[in-house]
Amino acid sequence: MDVLFDNLDVFANGFYTTIQLFVVSGIGSLILGTALAMLRVSPVPVFRSAGTLYVTIVRNTPLTLVFLFFAFAYPRLDMVDLSFFMTACVALTVYTSAFICEVVRSGINTVPVGQAEAARALGLGFGQVLGTIVLPQAFRSVLPPMMSMLIALLKNTTIAAGFSVAEAGQIRSILSERGENQLLTLIFVAVGFILLVMILTSVQRTLEKRWSVAR
Amino acid sequence: MTAAEGSLPTPPMIRMAGVDKYFGQLHVLRDINIEVPSGQVVVVLGPSGSGKSTLCRAINRLEPINSGTIEVDGKPLPAEGKALAGLRADVGMVFQQFNLFSHKTIVDNVTLAPVKVRKQSAAEAKKAAMALLDRVGIANQAEKYPAQLSGGQQQRAAIARALAMQPKVMLFDEPTSALDPEMVQEVLDTMAGLAKDGMTMLVVTHEMGFARRAAHRVVFMADGEIVEDSTPNEFFTAPKSDRAKDFLGKILTH
Ligand SMILES: Nc1ncnc2c1ncn2[C@@H]1O[C@H](COP(=O)(O)OP(=O)(O)OP(=O)(O)O)[C@@H](O)[C@H]1O
Ligand SMILES: [Mg+2]
Repeated sequence: MDVLFDNLDVFANGFYTTIQLFVVSGIGSLILGTALAMLRVSPVPVFRSAGTLYVTIVRNTPLTLVFLFFAFAYPRLDMVDLSFFMTACVALTVYTSAFICEVVRSGINTVPVGQAEAARALGLGFGQVLGTIVLPQAFRSVLPPMMSMLIALLKNTTIAAGFSVAEAGQIRSILSERGENQLLTLIFVAVGFILLVMILTSVQRTLEKRWSVAR
Repeated sequence: MTAAEGSLPTPPMIRMAGVDKYFGQLHVLRDINIEVPSGQVVVVLGPSGSGKSTLCRAINRLEPINSGTIEVDGKPLPAEGKALAGLRADVGMVFQQFNLFSHKTIVDNVTLAPVKVRKQSAAEAKKAAMALLDRVGIANQAEKYPAQLSGGQQQRAAIARALAMQPKVMLFDEPTSALDPEMVQEVLDTMAGLAKDGMTMLVVTHEMGFARRAAHRVVFMADGEIVEDSTPNEFFTAPKSDRAKDFLGKILTH
């Protein structure tokens, strides 16, 4: 326990950064992933191809390569300068959104076309039909795989440690410099992640309970 | 016939002229010409696959047509976008499978389009929705979700949802075909009530009783064509074509 209490600041700072990475890239991935899914179901062929291309490329690239691209290749393009933290968020978002897109798309396919037709017949536009009828039901039907994606994202944030972001994945190396027991350190880090995942699964259970009424 | 007798030269509520529609090679609507004057109730009959649903869905462009013109209340159907959505808002549609929004309560199903499309306030829309649900006899189900209602109640909710937009005309595509027999009557009664209140209606149905009781006119389709267009009395007592005689023979012996 001394490992934990003597170095509470290191653990707290590490996990605080992890949570920030997770929240920023989680929200980013949900938005970008949903937008990509809308492209992939759009009636315009060019949009559909663009969505497919993105998913095919990004989903088949290892996350570390995506990080390497944004850390080393992207700065050469002389575009907006990104901090280490923002670089990590962008890499995580670009990567995770390809998976979220596919989850959302499979959810869209579970919504009966008749409901979208009824909404169009009432005078709702394409965006309104998607936003009020199709997507809300799509999200409800894919909650478990969506949560799995977010849990994977939470764990993937540890790759940022290799790119100068002091998140929970870096706690071990800091504490090894202070001469702490590495095994114990890692166990505490793992427990931290388990606690965070438990929060996510309890959110999932709450939403499942609330949404099950509507079926 | 009814409302068209007035002195003003009002355009027909629905006008289809020379309408053709193909699904690939299949010619599903062949040179359709029909006018439905305001206030009239037209029942469309015909064997399965004769193009009744396609005709109905062409009127609000859920199915685009290949050639010909369709006008609603004197205005040609817009191609896409806002103008088309605006026209659809004025044309109510009731489907065989109800198609209620399953993640929303009954009252929210009814208020959705008035709020999103007509920009009514939530309170105003809710008041109107409760009055409509009362009119179709399911006001006590307002806070339930569609899956918690019987088929007949769901279909009446779907009718209320369409009426909430204050449509100029209502389209029904086999509204009772997915219902258990004991629930058919409650839906037909609701529709007969609408007809009595002067709503312009185009109804695809196999319910001959409804056609006799509520229709001003019967249109018989076969193989994508309008084969007969007459009064219910004429059609049921003295059908002219062989295909109509054959169809009636099969239906009425059941
Ligand atoms: N989306 C579609 N793609 C291809 N063919 C279709 C499509 N929808 C309908 N058809 C065909 O068009 C023809 C007319 O269909 P439609 O649904 O209008 O008939 P209907 O008179 O409503 O029949 P039913 O009484 O069975 O509902 C049928 O042969 C049908 O198989
Ligand atoms: Mg049909």
